[in-house]
Amino acid sequence: MRIALMGQPNSGKSTIFNHVAGYKAVTSNFPGKTVKYELTKFNLLGRTVELADLPGTYSLTSFDLAELETRKYLLKGNVGVVINVIDASLLGRSLELTLQLLELKLPMVICLNMIDEAERKGIKIDIEKLSKILGVPVVQAIALKGKGVKELFSIAYKTGEEKRIGQTLNFSKDVEEVITQLSTQIKKKQITQEFNVPVRFLALKYLENDSYFMENYKKKNNDLFKETVHFQNILKETHGRQSDVVISSERHHLSMNIYESVVSLTKPHTSLIDYLDNILMHPFLGYISLGLIFYLFFNLIFSVGKIVEEPLLDYFYRLIPLIEKSIDSGTLLFSIISGIIQGLAGGIAIVLPYLFPFLFGLAILEDLGYLPRIAFLLDAFLHKIGLHGKAIIPFILGYGCTVPAIMATRILESERDRFIASVLTTMIPCAARMIIIFALVAFYISPQAALAIYILNIIVIIISGKILSRLLPEITPGMILEIPAYHIPSIKVALAKTWLRMKEFIFVAWPLLIVGSTILSLLKYYKTDILINNLFSPLTSLLGLPLVVGTTLIFGVLRKELSMLMLIQAIGTSNVAAVMSATQIMTFTIFVIFYVPCVATIAVLWKEIGSKRTLFAVAFTFVLAVILATITRFIY
Amino acid sequence: MTITLDLAKKSQKVKVADISGGWGIRQRLGCLGIHPGDIITVKRSAIMRGPILISVHGNQVALGRGVARKIIVEAVE
Repeated sequence: MRIALMGQPNSGKSTIFNHVAGYKAVTSNFPGKTVKYELTKFNLLGRTVELADLPGTYSLTSFDLAELETRKYLLKGNVGVVINVIDASLLGRSLELTLQLLELKLPMVICLNMIDEAERKGIKIDIEKLSKILGVPVVQAIALKGKGVKELFSIAYKTGEEKRIGQTLNFSKDVEEVITQLSTQIKKKQITQEFNVPVRFLALKYLENDSYFMENYKKKNNDLFKETVHFQNILKETHGRQSDVVISSERHHLSMNIYESVVSLTKPHTSLIDYLDNILMHPFLGYISLGLIFYLFFNLIFSVGKIVEEPLLDYFYRLIPLIEKSIDSGTLLFSIISGIIQGLAGGIAIVLPYLFPFLFGLAILEDLGYLPRIAFLLDAFLHKIGLHGKAIIPFILGYGCTVPAIMATRILESERDRFIASVLTTMIPCAARMIIIFALVAFYISPQAALAIYILNIIVIIISGKILSRLLPEITPGMILEIPAYHIPSIKVALAKTWLRMKEFIFVAWPLLIVGSTILSLLKYYKTDILINNLFSPLTSLLGLPLVVGTTLIFGVLRKELSMLMLIQAIGTSNVAAVMSATQIMTFTIFVIFYVPCVATIAVLWKEIGSKRTLFAVAFTFVLAVILATITRFIY
Repeated sequence: MTITLDLAKKSQKVKVADISGGWGIRQRLGCLGIHPGDIITVKRSAIMRGPILISVHGNQVALGRGVARKIIVEAVE
């Protein structure tokens, strides 16, 4: 059986998913982080079921990509049961989606999640009454603590087996009349089969002027189109509002009526965390805290990283002379062994010490719910580069890894905003590039120089944003963003999330690192590296870098951190400062940060913004990198 | 008397009279519980004509200045 988790953003679908899937989906406290759905198979009562974690949607109307994707999945028609996950503390609003799901006439169970949070807010829900009104089972849960999840799935399975479908609730009489009449017309045209949806659902979507369904038959069925417009006008005349507003208001009132009849309100318990916004969103203190939080954050990463990096690197580099004693350093075998050791060392001694504290810190900030607050604080600034506050979320995620960050640009509404945000996101130093900045610049030059790179990076992004928004002068649709309540982060969940993101490095990047480092050894052994380096010599001499750097730049396109690790290997010492001057280190770093995004990023860009725009992004960043690095060479 | 939401004062309670934007914005606001007739409390506004933070049905929503300008509201005593 297929079970689909469906609900409004930030209602806890991914948390439930992770309970059964092990840690596979990324959860955090901001709306809309699941942009593509995750699937898992698990054993339920001795049977294998498939569970889908669908992106959160506020409604089933099509206005953003995540919502379209969710609806498509539901309409494909092989979902056995839908679990509608609801944040119990937001029951009134959440019921609007529930009503739409009921219109789909699929077997369904409601999961009232975060019931503890609702109680804290003074909301007590009569579960039985709610279940009776909607005609579907209602299960309470606290997904974060794993409470109620088991029961939820066994009830869901039973509901799916029985194919139990909920009630369709009626709107006001006059609206229902219009719906019935339009439904009759739709039935005559026999058009519902092609969408695989109930007639009433389709009639409502037409009255709501849903672009997906409208487009689809404007071409095919002109008569029905005219009928629809006719009925839309009836609603408009009788209610004095657009037909889509009439339908959404009807749903809203119905939800509110249900809410009022099942909820009894008591006095909410306030806790200290509720007052946090008085500082973090304060027009003055908010910005101070923002600066302070990020300053401390990066300071912490650097100090943790440095403590671990030095002794580990020392240890590994002491190994090589030891091997030299037993194997002659001129042989092929020695080249291979030293290549492998250097690859291993790069992973353990350079990448892990910085990657882990960074990802862990980011996980804590995400789970706390701080990211949407940053969007609020920086909205005005982002408008200056033609975007709005929400774009800060992909940018911040970009400091972790560019790939999920580009996927997160889907939370932006307009195609133009997504394009600009994607190109700018590729320029943000991801964790791999952060490692280069920290292990090369901060380590050999000074932490202040590393900070200067970050500041320069932000300035370049602002200027690029201005240029891009000039090229595409369209007005951004403006920010509409839910600011969720703070959640005290769970260390366990944050560690699990960090591990999930580290896995990518350990199982994909690290083997690549070892292979890459071995290949470089072999290239050197057969003297092929000289050929490649000569090929790159126009670029390296323009930037005033040592000739051996050429080869490392190719590896950098595979994975950004490879270019630094390869650099250490190419120059033949872990003490970079002995071979390269501070200017050269700086130039190299600036070039590597900006030039051509890594292969994984190019692939995701290709999918999200198309081939032409991806090539534009590649060319744009390359030219930018050459210009910036050349300037650095002469002025630093 | 009606004003646009961006002009409402801090801590002011207002009732939505109308939403002057197009289909997309009406739908998006509707999803967050903002329809004609709903009660909104303005909680704070950001500097430099940044967004405003409102509370609606016990939930907080940040609205860009341009979006707030499209929401027409009337004061509630």
